[in-house]
Amino acid sequence: MPTVLFPGRYSSLDAISEFVREAARAAGLGEQQTYEVDLAANEGASNIIDHAYGGEGDGVIECTCESGPDGLTITLRDWGEPFDPASVDEPDFNVPLEELSLRGAGLRIIRNCMDEVNYSPNSQGGNQLRMRKNS
Amino acid sequence: MAVETTQFKRCDVVKMAGRIDSATASDLKKAMDAILDEGRYKVIFDMSEVEFLSSSGVWVLLETQKKCKRWNRGDLVIASANENIQRTLDLAGLKHFMRMYDDITSAVASF
Repeated sequence: MPTVLFPGRYSSLDAISEFVREAARAAGLGEQQTYEVDLAANEGASNIIDHAYGGEGDGVIECTCESGPDGLTITLRDWGEPFDPASVDEPDFNVPLEELSLRGAGLRIIRNCMDEVNYSPNSQGGNQLRMRKNS
Repeated sequence: MAVETTQFKRCDVVKMAGRIDSATASDLKKAMDAILDEGRYKVIFDMSEVEFLSSSGVWVLLETQKKCKRWNRGDLVIASANENIQRTLDLAGLKHFMRMYDDITSAVASF
């Protein structure tokens, strides 16, 4: 169950991608499933930087990958501001372009990419995002 | 990340390679804004070498699209996006805001 700590900066996103892609390969996920896992992890990590830490350079992101014969579970933990996914309304993108706001798009992508998505408070403060992709 | 822009008579073509996410979306925004600031609103984004697109990149595309389409003065269209890129727009539920073409030639012909 490899765990790696990444600095809470956008420049960490490539390294996070490599880490989860390797775990996706170990779990035997296909090319499209691997892209979706990469995308969900990227959105989750970006949300941590933008919202939990309020910008770059203010904390770390802990990423754990558990690969098994049935799929892959990724856990992202932060020590930033608590996040309640219920506070983000389901976005409505069936609006005229000029009225479009992308708030909630990242969360929608995460939910659509992964089979199970669970946000919970991190026991040491902050947040824990646990996401599962079945193979 | 390097973003290439080429100005043609009928439209401008923007090309970027690699991953577009929170780390690189600002480079794309700068390139798009530079074209719009010159009063040019017919833009093709050549995504043939883009491997990854996150919501940060989608946001840049849609903000650019808003400015292009204002007063019907233009359009931002996408050319040569691979299946994964199209899938990102699909997963986000935002595909219907962008016209997509298989190659640059058909994208240019759309203007």
